[in-house]
Amino acid sequence: MNAEVAHIRTAAETALIEAFAKADLPGGGTVARERAAALKRFEREGLPHRRIEAWKYTDLRSLMQEAKPLAPPPDAKAIAAARTAGAALAGVPAYRIVFVDGQYVKELSDVALEPGVTVTPLAMALGGGDGDLLFAENLGAAVDDPVLALNTAFMADGALIRVAKGAVVSKPLHLVFVHSSGTASAVFTRSQLIVEEGARVALLESHEGPAALEYQVNAALGLIVRDGAHVSHVKLGAEGDGALHVATAVAEIGARAEYRHLTLTLGGAVTRNQMFLACRGAGSDVTVAGVNLLRDRQHADYTLVLDHAVGGCASREIFKSVLDDESRSVFQGKIVVEPDAQKTDARMMTRALLLSDRAEADHKPELEIFADDVQCGHGSTAGALDPELKFYLMARGIPAPEAEALLIQAFVGEAVETVRHEGLRDALMAATLRWLAERGR
Amino acid sequence: MSGVPMLEIRNLSVKVGDRPILNGLDLAVNAGEVHAIMGPNGAGKSTLAHVLAGKAGYEVTGGEVLFNGEDLLALSPDERAARGVFLAFQYPLEIPGVATMTFLRTALNAQRKKRGEAELTTPEFMKRVRDSAARLGIEQEMLRRPVNVGFSGGEKKRNEVLQMALLEPKLCVLDETDSGLDIDALKIVADGVNRLRSPDRSFVVITHYQRLLDHIVPDVVHVLSKGRIVRTGDASLALELEAKGYAAFQDEAA
Repeated sequence: MNAEVAHIRTAAETALIEAFAKADLPGGGTVARERAAALKRFEREGLPHRRIEAWKYTDLRSLMQEAKPLAPPPDAKAIAAARTAGAALAGVPAYRIVFVDGQYVKELSDVALEPGVTVTPLAMALGGGDGDLLFAENLGAAVDDPVLALNTAFMADGALIRVAKGAVVSKPLHLVFVHSSGTASAVFTRSQLIVEEGARVALLESHEGPAALEYQVNAALGLIVRDGAHVSHVKLGAEGDGALHVATAVAEIGARAEYRHLTLTLGGAVTRNQMFLACRGAGSDVTVAGVNLLRDRQHADYTLVLDHAVGGCASREIFKSVLDDESRSVFQGKIVVEPDAQKTDARMMTRALLLSDRAEADHKPELEIFADDVQCGHGSTAGALDPELKFYLMARGIPAPEAEALLIQAFVGEAVETVRHEGLRDALMAATLRWLAERGR
Repeated sequence: MSGVPMLEIRNLSVKVGDRPILNGLDLAVNAGEVHAIMGPNGAGKSTLAHVLAGKAGYEVTGGEVLFNGEDLLALSPDERAARGVFLAFQYPLEIPGVATMTFLRTALNAQRKKRGEAELTTPEFMKRVRDSAARLGIEQEMLRRPVNVGFSGGEKKRNEVLQMALLEPKLCVLDETDSGLDIDALKIVADGVNRLRSPDRSFVVITHYQRLLDHIVPDVVHVLSKGRIVRTGDASLALELEAKGYAAFQDEAA
């Protein structure tokens, strides 16, 4: 419809294209072809910008002024320093799978897992010519997204996880991603979790790095939850305050399956989390929750596209943001109910708590409903703390800062409550409390 | 009893926006006394309660409020609470996500800290809550819920009295605590208040109706009309009001 407009490449775009030509990336055959195709797409369209509707509020072309060089393998010092990574979730006993600067580190990871769970580092799989493992399911093909394409072009490592049919994994799998405090580099990870029929597993992700370092992370995750499987997935975004973090999750949910997700973002200068989720079998139950706790000039975007492709599925989305200073939170949630998806029950709620009059919340809930026998709803609010509630607490002797902290905790708690694992809920609330304590200083 | 009243309100005038609500109100409450303040809708009863507790949105245009000789109006709401001022809300608020026990404990410890007292240990705190709750017929299950969420009107009022019992204030201001209560709930709440009566604790009981005063028998009854006390008497004044209605007293004010 639009006339072809030749766009002038930004410095970041040029640097990425040049980096690709020079990079020694794992995988031949299918993988190399996919990479080349993905780069072609990137050469054609460049970084997403505000004139692309899905990126209207997160103009990556202007937010990403330069492309950092691809991260070199971590040295011994970086690996030693990463020993304590993922501490925020350390109270939750889990199998740790650790990535430093985007590269799997065996010596920091649990290798003896339990029957029914296999974890293969992506670099090893691709290097061994096992790339078809990844592209056999090719979730990426279902999603045309510039950031995911960039990930396909540059992905270097990640975790390919498979949980066997009927297996109940006794403790969560924790993917620990940490950026070392060396030079500001760019990291591209691609992971995949396939949960076979009737299996149950919890996946944790934590992303962190040093302060005041402008490193860049592009993380992608494919999730396949087969019929009757239950998956709980929690992501903690605690990147350093200079970081740019873009992450794409692509999920397919089978019949009578359960998928519960929560992303808590409190780090990073610029964060974009996007999830493309499809309910492919009847009777599934999906919860997607997000919390952004932001201050200074932080920018965090959660964009969800949830496709009810078949009927009889329930989905709940709850998004909360607490915004201080000049921070900005974006939430875009699109629920699509396809013509045959009768008896869909979908509800989405987005709430922002503005602690400063310079903070900004952009909410864009969308419902596209093509079926006629469904229950769908969405709501969106943005406002300050309720002065009546604050007065009630203060009238009981609670000083103003503590009263505010209690109310903010309660506000965040509504989203965190969707996580069933008690220890995990506690860890997420503890992270919230630390954020609040820093605010009080 | 010392010569200084616990609460002394002198010539207090208060505006909300451009509207004067209290117009030179005087009131002195000695330690150990129960004062009832009765009056029609719009007389300024709730405004008085809110101003004593320190709610925002009221402009004091004249007069002063002394609490044990200290300028109460200069203090923030939490400081007033720590000094011993307690307001039982007419409409207690629901606070989703804040567990009742967390709320009670945070409040109690914040007050103790401000007074330079040690925080209570968990077993001590639990024992106090359980004892007070049992006397008010508040079940453990209610304490596990978020503050007032899903509580009936009567349960909310009982929860206010529970907070009062735990926080052991010196001055309790009850803002229409009887509203929305049936006879049984009224009795439970009144008994809860009566148990707290002591020579060093005072009460200001704000109410529309005489029936609460059958249960919480006041030492002094005041009639508030158009922002001023227009009549003061003993408990029998409440009965007189009930019989004659407020209109007769409003004429006195005119």
